[in-house]
Amino acid sequence: MRPSASQSSPKSCDQTMRLAGPLTFAIAVFLSLASLAQSQEKPLLEIVNSFSDVRDFAQTEEIVAELGATGDPAVVPVLRALSEGDLHVRKSDNQVFIVSGRGKTLMIMDPLSGEMVGEEAKRALSKIRVNNGLRRLIRDTIGGLALASPDPAARLRAARTLIANPDASSLPAIEAALEKEADADVADGMMRARAAAILVSDRPDAEKSEAITAVAEIGTQDALSLLLGFRGQAEGDLREQVDRAIARVERVQSYWSMAQNVWYGLSLGSVLLLAAIGLAITFGVMGVINMAHGEMVMIGAYVTFVVQEVIRLNAPWLFDWSLAMALPLAFLVAGAVGYALERGVIRFLYGRPLETLLATWGVSLILQQAVRTIFGPTNREVGSPSWMSGAFEIGQLTITWNRLYIVLFALAVFALLLFVLNRTSFGLQMRAVTQNRRMAAAMGIRTPRVDAMTFALGSGVAGLAGVALSQIDNVSPNLGQGYIIDSFMVVVFGGVGNLWGTFVGALTLGIANKFLEPYAGAVLGKIFVLVFIILFIQKRPRGLFALKGRAAEA
Amino acid sequence: MTGHHKKTNIAALSAALAMSLAIGAAKAEDTIKVGILHSLSGTMAISETTLKDAMLMLIDEQNKKGGVLGKKLEAVVVDPASDWPLFAEKARELIEKDKVAAVFGCWTSVSRKSVLPVFEELNGLLFYPVQYEGEESQRNVFYTGAAPNQQAVPAVDYLMDVEGVERWVLAGTDYVYPRTTNKILEAYLQSKGVAPEDIMINYTPFGHSDWQTIVADIKTFGSAGKKTAVVSTINGDANVPFYKELANQGIKAEDIPVVAFSVGEEELAGLDTAPLVGHLAAWNYFQSVDTDANAEFIDAWHAFIGDEARVTNDPMEAHYIGFNMWVEAVEKAGTTDPDAVIDSIIGVSVPNLTGGYSAMMPNHHITKPVLIGEIQEDGQFEVVWETSGLVVGDEWSDYLPDSRPLIADWRAPMSCGNFNTETGKCGGKGVD
Repeated sequence: MRPSASQSSPKSCDQTMRLAGPLTFAIAVFLSLASLAQSQEKPLLEIVNSFSDVRDFAQTEEIVAELGATGDPAVVPVLRALSEGDLHVRKSDNQVFIVSGRGKTLMIMDPLSGEMVGEEAKRALSKIRVNNGLRRLIRDTIGGLALASPDPAARLRAARTLIANPDASSLPAIEAALEKEADADVADGMMRARAAAILVSDRPDAEKSEAITAVAEIGTQDALSLLLGFRGQAEGDLREQVDRAIARVERVQSYWSMAQNVWYGLSLGSVLLLAAIGLAITFGVMGVINMAHGEMVMIGAYVTFVVQEVIRLNAPWLFDWSLAMALPLAFLVAGAVGYALERGVIRFLYGRPLETLLATWGVSLILQQAVRTIFGPTNREVGSPSWMSGAFEIGQLTITWNRLYIVLFALAVFALLLFVLNRTSFGLQMRAVTQNRRMAAAMGIRTPRVDAMTFALGSGVAGLAGVALSQIDNVSPNLGQGYIIDSFMVVVFGGVGNLWGTFVGALTLGIANKFLEPYAGAVLGKIFVLVFIILFIQKRPRGLFALKGRAAEA
Repeated sequence: MTGHHKKTNIAALSAALAMSLAIGAAKAEDTIKVGILHSLSGTMAISETTLKDAMLMLIDEQNKKGGVLGKKLEAVVVDPASDWPLFAEKARELIEKDKVAAVFGCWTSVSRKSVLPVFEELNGLLFYPVQYEGEESQRNVFYTGAAPNQQAVPAVDYLMDVEGVERWVLAGTDYVYPRTTNKILEAYLQSKGVAPEDIMINYTPFGHSDWQTIVADIKTFGSAGKKTAVVSTINGDANVPFYKELANQGIKAEDIPVVAFSVGEEELAGLDTAPLVGHLAAWNYFQSVDTDANAEFIDAWHAFIGDEARVTNDPMEAHYIGFNMWVEAVEKAGTTDPDAVIDSIIGVSVPNLTGGYSAMMPNHHITKPVLIGEIQEDGQFEVVWETSGLVVGDEWSDYLPDSRPLIADWRAPMSCGNFNTETGKCGGKGVD
């Protein structure tokens, strides 16, 4: 019953792959640097077209190796297309093309010149299959060709790739490239790539010793990985030296990982803040236990989805602006639902917290099932605009763009809300009504209207949170459930009725959670935070920032 | 993916409603009732609603072919609402009140465990279509999804042999399926000579959405100079934020591939897959499999659901196989009586959608091919490797010391789900 008994052994293909990698690489780079003018035995197109009769990955590898060996930069687009799955064979005449577009008809282009040839039905083409091993091989091959690229940025990228994936057989190529290199930055990168490659080569110990120092200076995760890998085979003096170097890199790394943790905490805190800030108004200021708060967040996320769908169908070029357009709409839609909820249900239940809890819980189930009926139970795809994808590095701190924007957005929403509450007449009325309803009414404030508008504001802010959360979480009917407990936790911890309490509470819990996680794991970490809050509430029942004096009685 | 779901969903819903109303009205004597026990609301609706639709389609098609034993089939749809105790109640309702001949349903292991006693007590038949942790074989249940040796173990073999992986992250959601699967995998990896410090095991709560630290940990774990891979048993909703974080932190499949056992076409539908190309999944079926049977199945599905964008997935194929096996077993036995079907279904072999035949084994598990697919830009998988033959579902894992001596064989005279080959007696752990 063991499955391995009935499986074909993939070992042999694996070995060719391991051999093919470095070998092609070396050949490719040598030739590209040595002489491009060398007469070629086979025209490029013929090699490219030989993709048409591959039967397995091993054969594809051979052709990639052959293409790399030509050392001709013209093969780079072909290889890139192959790696991305855009290289197809026309079944009728076994010609190979680069294709683009989606759907039933594809545009086909000449693989070498990139000129448009025409259109072809998808059925008439068959894709040349690649796997991870091939993608790695192609990356290395292209990297080798790029060392000789006329563009310094491309050369630097190639050098960086080589630091991350060092290869002894690429050493001569790197050294040859280094001799010709004029740009100081690129030369520096190549020096490091050379050091990295020396560590995995069989060069004499003196060179390796120098290389250890050079690699330790890089100080990154990749460098550490390289040194750890080298440690296994080092002996004597080298062993001592590499141990010292590892200790040094690890020390640097530990500072960075501390900083990284703070960032993760901030970013988790900002998500908590976004989710909780609307509740800080409906629950914190008005005192309504609103179990449907999470569903307001979900509605905001679905508004984003609808906006993106409309844009995708009608005006795809506006896609990068989709989130900006979704923001006001999400605020309005969620706010309107909140308004209806207050007018329809909650206003009859003021002063009866248990009934409010049950009624809003029921409403949350109704909203979930309604969304499930309209949009279906499966996840909906909300895309990220290009400016929110990817990451950048500060030192060794990796910061993803979407998280950075969410932190900024949370701060902006918080500031805006503070402004509304403290600097506008609506805010003044709101505070007046919640602090002393009868006195406010006596002053001529229409308290029922203020109640409804306050609830709508809280719900609208939850809708805004939904737009942001659609970028990092599932857009499904269950989206809101994941945030409701956390939101209540933040508001109660921070102090009911105090926006600053919510702010500090969210960030504290975020950072505490992220510092616990590496030691306790995600499951236990969450439990610890909960236990901590329970104990904390015993000590300070009104949270971090308790309202004092008459305001507290409201 | 497209915005036309609204209409189709309402259409599908009203079709389902009409169907269930028709059931109440018809009350005919000459039909055979088939129960469908899948959550249509609550957390699991995301996965299970599709299976309900798939079952309705299969029943519809069988009726067009003339039904079973000359009688029409009638679907009885109930909604256990992702509530585990409610699964048991609804199962009881289906068998006792509606007198269904067989039930197709359940997704999570906990829902299956919750209905087991009901099926045993009332002698019903359950076809369970989802890959699961094994360690179970019950007389009234037929497991048409993959056991760990039909999914997890071959996937690890692939990574070890083809990708040369030496260091492993086993990441899962904190419940029974990932915990048992990871226990089996850990034992398997160690039996293959992987050092304990080269295995990192990580559990997260259901619906975990903040993956920053864990993805960063994986990155660090992967930079120890050895090729690293992630084996993911992360369940359901937690996958989308996990893959988004992988993409954002720039973990490429070429460097640290992730192989998932709970991520199929349906889960990828909520994601932009361009940054995920090359990450892997192990299943017994992919929509992209190029066979005539599969093309027919996909066309029928699109026609039934009225939406070209809807995908098919592995548990749907499991229902396809399970349903056809049940039909054939009933025809063979000449009756829908559970005892007769339990006897006649063993050895029944029906075509699967990947170009072969799947057979019901005496341990109530089936034979399946194992496919490894890489995620493509269009949200589909491309098969990069498959077992040369069929793999028999192994209910008691060979890699867990307690389970090694146990076997299941429901044919007379053994008729036992946990026969201990060492003591020669029926009754080990698990079913008693």
